[in-house]
Amino acid sequence: MGLDIVVCLKQVPHPEHLSRVSLDPVTKTMIRHGIPTVINPPDRNAIEEGLKIKERFSGKVVAISMGPLQAKKALEEALAMGVDKAILLCDRAFAGADTLATAYTLSCAIQKLGYFDLILCGNETVDSGTSQVPPQLAEFLNIPHLTQVKEIEFVDEKALVVKRALKGGYMRIQLQVPAVLAVVKEINKPRLPTVAGIIEVAQKEITTWGLAALGVEDNRVGLAGSPTRVIDVVKYKSSRRGEILQGLPEEVVREAIKRLQELEAL
Amino acid sequence: MDEVWVFIEGRLGRIEAVSWELLGKGLELSQALKGRLASLWIGSKPEGTADEAIAYGAERVYLIEEPRLEIYQSEVYASLMANLITEYKPKIVLLGATSIGSDLAPRVAAKVGTGLTAHCVELYIEEYNGRPCLIQVIPGFGGNLMVRLVCPERRPQMATIRPGVMERPIRDASRKGEIIWVTPNIKEEWFRAQVIEVVEEEPSGTILEEAEVVVAGGWGLYSSGGFEPVEKLAKVLGGEVAGTRPAVDRGWISEDRMIGQSGRSVSPRLFISVGASGATHFTTGFLKSKTILAIDQNPEAPIFEVCDIGIVGDLKKLLPCLVKKLSGKRRGAEESCPLPSG
Repeated sequence: MGLDIVVCLKQVPHPEHLSRVSLDPVTKTMIRHGIPTVINPPDRNAIEEGLKIKERFSGKVVAISMGPLQAKKALEEALAMGVDKAILLCDRAFAGADTLATAYTLSCAIQKLGYFDLILCGNETVDSGTSQVPPQLAEFLNIPHLTQVKEIEFVDEKALVVKRALKGGYMRIQLQVPAVLAVVKEINKPRLPTVAGIIEVAQKEITTWGLAALGVEDNRVGLAGSPTRVIDVVKYKSSRRGEILQGLPEEVVREAIKRLQELEAL
Repeated sequence: MDEVWVFIEGRLGRIEAVSWELLGKGLELSQALKGRLASLWIGSKPEGTADEAIAYGAERVYLIEEPRLEIYQSEVYASLMANLITEYKPKIVLLGATSIGSDLAPRVAAKVGTGLTAHCVELYIEEYNGRPCLIQVIPGFGGNLMVRLVCPERRPQMATIRPGVMERPIRDASRKGEIIWVTPNIKEEWFRAQVIEVVEEEPSGTILEEAEVVVAGGWGLYSSGGFEPVEKLAKVLGGEVAGTRPAVDRGWISEDRMIGQSGRSVSPRLFISVGASGATHFTTGFLKSKTILAIDQNPEAPIFEVCDIGIVGDLKKLLPCLVKKLSGKRRGAEESCPLPSG
């Protein structure tokens, strides 16, 4: 008995270093060498929610991530937080995936896992912020999805009532598991890994699945399975004057105020 | 005839303004394709919606009306929309990047197996691989980079656009258009998730989008002692506080005050950016402001490429000085700033 919970997570550049990420003009992929990485912040809330649900009903929490080998670091952190098992989807064939190919790959992995009750995701990533993967994952699994989830309330082990944020209010929705729920930051406060948790990581293993393990066609994953293409990266040209003031605080501030008044901004 | 579709989002009898904004852009795209602009509405009481859509440029309006469609439900709306796309084969489908549009668009795209881009800031038609394609421009990372995306093979080409990004077209009630009533074939299995209530909450404070002055703080404030100067600055100017993603992550401001690609888009009379380096993810949220003042310690920060006036210097000294001068100005008296130490 208990609930089988899957948490999807992504390793992303540290939000404070996001502006250091650039795009390779030739391969059009992200260059993020030397930039610290973290678990995508709302994905930590998804992990926390999964652990809370497990504590209430018992069961198992499995974390899945698609990414390069370095993404193991994010999964190790999830294990240290208390996740039972971690799976890394790693294969050169998965590279360059847009949201459709990513959601498809994740759905194949979840189906390979077998039975699942609840799939939790962060509502959006800090690096691309599309919020598209959770609904697309639900479509491939043919189960309902809810986005912007800020509260999950269990009526019993299989039935839940979910509060979903809307512009100017919220909706309450009832549904049965299985479902994909994309959570927002307000849902909880993620726990930190404990010392015991960190020690336990050594005993837990991270399973790696590639294309062959998933048994999927290579034209449905990665760049080949992505309907969208990056054409190029162009520099944004602002038409603004960009007058830069530098010097003694008092002087530059006085000058700035004068200019703002000339522009009728004050 | 090639059609460009715009999803008309309505809730509780009100239509989201972004729907009309997208009709303006949609008309431009349909003309470039020598096609037709159409709009799609799903709900229970259309009332004047079709006439409004036509007045904003739609040449055809698809209406799916049914009492059970009164409230947005992901699977029901997505299934109906995907079925209609399969039937009429539009070339382009645009939706607002709202809490509903961003939930609906990805599920529809997955159902019809096509590409979708989020939070586009620019859209136009250009030849790609020998056929006219929708070029979708989204903000990239770092500096002032924009990424151009295309969906070369599959159709429709789908995109979401945030409210306030496209200009609202002129309403012309003399325009004529065709209304197509679609009889929905709703399946019970689409109601696996059921809405039990919709609760409207009173908006707290001023709506950010309507503020005359917005002061936004970023990560640079961390080393200069925190967010307080931003609040003081907003206060003396009678403006609203906002911030970057890192400011939200630090807990300085709530998520609903985050400016940028995945946050709010504002266009106030004066936008002040403090201690933010100026990644495009942030800057796209305020590019349409009338005047932009940027303050940061790093003279190389890309924020200085998108501002009207930039001040480079130590935030710890600049901000109190600015607050003092501005509040002094209000009282009609010039006050001097503390002398910089060191």
